[in-house]
Amino acid sequence: MSIDIETARRVAKLARIKVEKDRLPGLAQEFSAILGFIEQLNEVDVDGIEPMTSVEPMRLFRRDDVVTDGDQQAAVLKNAPDAREGFFAVPKVVE
Amino acid sequence: MSDLTKLKIAEARDALRKGDLTSVELTQACLSAIDAADALNAFVHKTPEIALDQARAADARRGADAPALNGIPLGIKDLFCTKGVPSQAASGILKGFRPEYESTVSANLFADGAVMLGKLNMDEFAMGSSNETSVYGDAVNPWKIDDRMLTPGGSSGGSAAAVAADLCLGATGTDTGGSIRQPAAFTGITGIKPTYGRCSRWGIVAFASSLDQAGPMTKDVRDAAIMLQSMCSHDVKDSTSAALPVPDFEAALTGDIKGKTIGIPKEYRMDGMPQEIEKLWADGTAMLKDAGAKIVDISLPHTKYALPAYYVIAPAEASSNLARYDGVRFGHRAKLAQGDGITEMYEKTRAEGFGPEVQRRVMVGTYVLSAGFYDAYYNRARRVRALIKRDFDLAFEAGVDAILTPATPSSAFGLGEMAEADPIQMYLNDVFTVTVNLAGLPGIAVPAGLGANGLPLGLQLIGRPWEEGDLLNIAYSLERAAGFVAKPSKWW
Repeated sequence: MSIDIETARRVAKLARIKVEKDRLPGLAQEFSAILGFIEQLNEVDVDGIEPMTSVEPMRLFRRDDVVTDGDQQAAVLKNAPDAREGFFAVPKVVE
Repeated sequence: MSDLTKLKIAEARDALRKGDLTSVELTQACLSAIDAADALNAFVHKTPEIALDQARAADARRGADAPALNGIPLGIKDLFCTKGVPSQAASGILKGFRPEYESTVSANLFADGAVMLGKLNMDEFAMGSSNETSVYGDAVNPWKIDDRMLTPGGSSGGSAAAVAADLCLGATGTDTGGSIRQPAAFTGITGIKPTYGRCSRWGIVAFASSLDQAGPMTKDVRDAAIMLQSMCSHDVKDSTSAALPVPDFEAALTGDIKGKTIGIPKEYRMDGMPQEIEKLWADGTAMLKDAGAKIVDISLPHTKYALPAYYVIAPAEASSNLARYDGVRFGHRAKLAQGDGITEMYEKTRAEGFGPEVQRRVMVGTYVLSAGFYDAYYNRARRVRALIKRDFDLAFEAGVDAILTPATPSSAFGLGEMAEADPIQMYLNDVFTVTVNLAGLPGIAVPAGLGANGLPLGLQLIGRPWEEGDLLNIAYSLERAAGFVAKPSKWW
């Protein structure tokens, strides 16, 4: 399967990665090569095979639905590029 | 005593217990070796103050009842969050990040008395097989046979280089498609990836959550058993962590493998496989047979589909896991232009922070999960994964105890040599190891010989789920028969 430049642009947008226009053709070519490699999977008969969801058959651990942690505002904000008044700050989202 | 850093964990443990050595002496020897080895670019954040504090504490509590790793200096892969110490998964996007918490695996090691020398180089977000995608620059293999600098492998390249060069007694690694076993093989050391769920993933920067496992990288099999013992635990903070008791791995090392059945999978005999890899494999088979194991030919028919399935599943999970790097909560945020909104902030931050290989995998993952392709790519890959696992299940049901394969298709290659190759050429490095991650099995790489070019080559043993003790014992038998003792000559 060949990926066109428009698809490459759309994927970059979905992934929220800014890709300059002049890089799109190269990127489309790389995607095409990787997807070509992946296409081998079409040779496999997977009829009646359930997609694997867990590596070892085990029931996921469930804990009681109670608060176990919290009250760590300073620790949570410590690494933020921009934290103000106890919040993460970002560019204006709502007009 | 300048050779202290050459000690193995077991030897150092015994000397420390007897009082022949202090952890401070041993730790200082490692710190000096690290300072003299900047050319290897293995340690990317050195933590001498923490190391000496931990060493002094270890010396204060030494004695017969000291914990298992009391006073043993280790290196920690940069993928592990270590409290207050830079932990950036070798990525620009986590520049400056100092976690407010400690990963469960590193906390287990420190609770057992281990000393942290610093953080180790790796491929960015563990995506790579040569340590060339790191924001810190390439880690360098201490093995050298000509003018070229060689890769230590990846993604745990700094861990492999540091252990092989005797900068630390052991190191943590992580393995998503071969990232412990391939670098171990490239540097002549031992590395084990345990069964999925043995080690808690909590506090380890996530790449592909259904494949990632931590494991030790050490100078021999006994050290791997000792260190793995400490790393494993059931952890309520990781819902996929196994609620199983951790057996005594070191006690499993009897060296007696009489009556064990070793499978030799025909599908691992690849077209164009170098003669010396084929010979190494045959030699390893003969060694296990001489030790009393029964050798059987087996078939794992879906092997050739493992890499393509991996290159759907791993990028899909990565695209989801790496969505958290958005410039809001931690790490890098791009400088914004007048009028830029939140979308521009995300897009610029991620374009600046992620390197090319990470960007490529995030976008491939985004594509295979996007509307209209989810079934065709992602669900199909998960079905093929079920078949790959079934191949192994059938072999084990037929009585196979472990499977012997080469660890890598070649010995270490030169840094920069793959720069012009397409990404798939690099992905082929993991052809023998990636099946093990997809099936969630334990796998160990053991150095077994030198190639004609004088570089180490490794063999891989694959075990039954949760049978790391048995697997380590078979590896121990192979190690003793192979008698690999070669070390790189110091040039750095």
